[in-house]
Amino acid sequence: MSIIKVENLVKRFGAITAVNDVSFEVEEGTIFGFLGPNGAGKTTTINILCTLLAPTSGKAFIAGHDCTKESAEVRKAIGIVFQDTTLDKDLTARENLIFHAYLYNVAKDKMQQRVDDVLRFVDLYSRKDDLVKKFSGGMKRRLEVARGMIHWPRVLFLDEPTLGLDPQSRTNLWEFIAELPEKNKVTIFMTTHYMEEAEVCDRIAIIDNGKIIAMGTPNELKKAVGGDVIYIKTTDNASAKNEIERLFKFNVAEKESEIYMTCGMGDTCIPEIINTIGEKVISVRLQRPTLNDVFLKLTGKTIREETSSGDDIKDFVRAYRKRH
Amino acid sequence: MEFNAIYVIVAREFKKFIRERSRLFSAIARPLLWLFIVGAGLSRLVPSDTGVSYTQFIFPGILGMTILFSSIFSSISIIWDKEFGFMKEILVAPVSRLSIVVGKALSGTIVSTIQAAIILALFPILGFNLSVMQIIAVILICAFTSFSISAFGIVLATFYESYESFSVIMNFIVMPMFFLSGAMYPVKLLPEILQICAKINPLTYGIDAMKHVIFKFETGPMSPDIPLIIDAAVIIITSVIFVLIAGRAFERKG
Repeated sequence: MSIIKVENLVKRFGAITAVNDVSFEVEEGTIFGFLGPNGAGKTTTINILCTLLAPTSGKAFIAGHDCTKESAEVRKAIGIVFQDTTLDKDLTARENLIFHAYLYNVAKDKMQQRVDDVLRFVDLYSRKDDLVKKFSGGMKRRLEVARGMIHWPRVLFLDEPTLGLDPQSRTNLWEFIAELPEKNKVTIFMTTHYMEEAEVCDRIAIIDNGKIIAMGTPNELKKAVGGDVIYIKTTDNASAKNEIERLFKFNVAEKESEIYMTCGMGDTCIPEIINTIGEKVISVRLQRPTLNDVFLKLTGKTIREETSSGDDIKDFVRAYRKRH
Repeated sequence: MEFNAIYVIVAREFKKFIRERSRLFSAIARPLLWLFIVGAGLSRLVPSDTGVSYTQFIFPGILGMTILFSSIFSSISIIWDKEFGFMKEILVAPVSRLSIVVGKALSGTIVSTIQAAIILALFPILGFNLSVMQIIAVILICAFTSFSISAFGIVLATFYESYESFSVIMNFIVMPMFFLSGAMYPVKLLPEILQICAKINPLTYGIDAMKHVIFKFETGPMSPDIPLIIDAAVIIITSVIFVLIAGRAFERKG
């Protein structure tokens, strides 16, 4: 069943179209990733789904509720971790969570237990009575995830959850997020502009200039780029090349004393190749396409090129919203 | 309205108020300076023919000042909440905008009334002899006035995005509201144009109501300027109006 349904969503800010005819569905209990560079329209889409922004046209539903017309129902069904911290730094971790529990009308007899549970879940129970201003960036993020989970949301939104975190906290947070759907019966909708982070997703939509340009599982998307590349170093590259070309009909090329070829499923090709030219092989390595390659192929640019135009769009949207 | 939400918004503000001792001290220090330094200085200039010294005369006004500053300060914290992102957490919750505004206004009311009550406790030093009924009446007036001023502060806060605007609000709204409230001099002695300004200032009515309760005279230059019933009506009506305007502004701007 689709828990999120978006149909022909459009959002314009004056002359700029931040979201341009976007449609997608998200299955319950999965991790769905919205991947794209700065200013691509990810946060605008999230804001519409979270009922903070009204779309110019199109429809969005969460758990069957219309995001424009039934905002109260939608809000009850979702938890959100925003790009910027939204904790009260002058309160303790626990007080922040209690505040949230009251806002979401969690039953009083369950509140204490629930707050303790989510604190343990994000491994912050021992710090529960510390003021949030003493927390590191990673701890704050974990606390925000915990807060987003308190009211048993059906969808948890994570907008660039690892922004500004050091590599280790980032890895820890992703491991933790990957476990969320199963442990908590929740669907995750996340945005990121880090390609490698999108690998935890069950499905990914790649968005650029407000449009979805590709959608599928990480593997499907990578296959679209052309599959795996196998590099082999042998004692006699020329004869190995001939043999492989003859037996497997691959296009084999040679570069820097290695021969390499592209094939659909590298894992199963390697044993077959080794079986035929085994005695000549010195080393084998397999290179899988990354989502970065996917993005490069689709847009002709790498996602890390934080285009100044993307930041310009962000500034424009922010200024526009302040004025209106 | 969601009472859980209102409760927790008030509880948060109260907790922070208790924790920040320095805020309480400076909030109490300001009225004390006005009362005992400005008041003591000016009382040499002002004849006390009504049997009330100038320091005594400004006592209701100083209670009003305490309310004005702490109510506006409490409401302006909304700008801080916006700046530091916490407002977003409140705005995406399944809570009506009206509950958020009422919660914030009640936060300002409680914090301001506590501070005003502390200043009120000085009445014996100032030579007043207040009955329990008078004390309760003054505290009630303080609470209602605080609610109205806090709601007004929320309306202000919805128009400003960053805390740089804080000094603008202080200099161009709060200080004129204080000087044109009958706190330091009777409204009836002001030039006509300033009298009109004072009459559109909700604080004037709160301070005037306190003058009715604290002073025993109803005539003379230092007497209250407005009938008590009108004071009460204005405070209550402005409270409702400001809460509704703030609720609307929140709905639109977030």
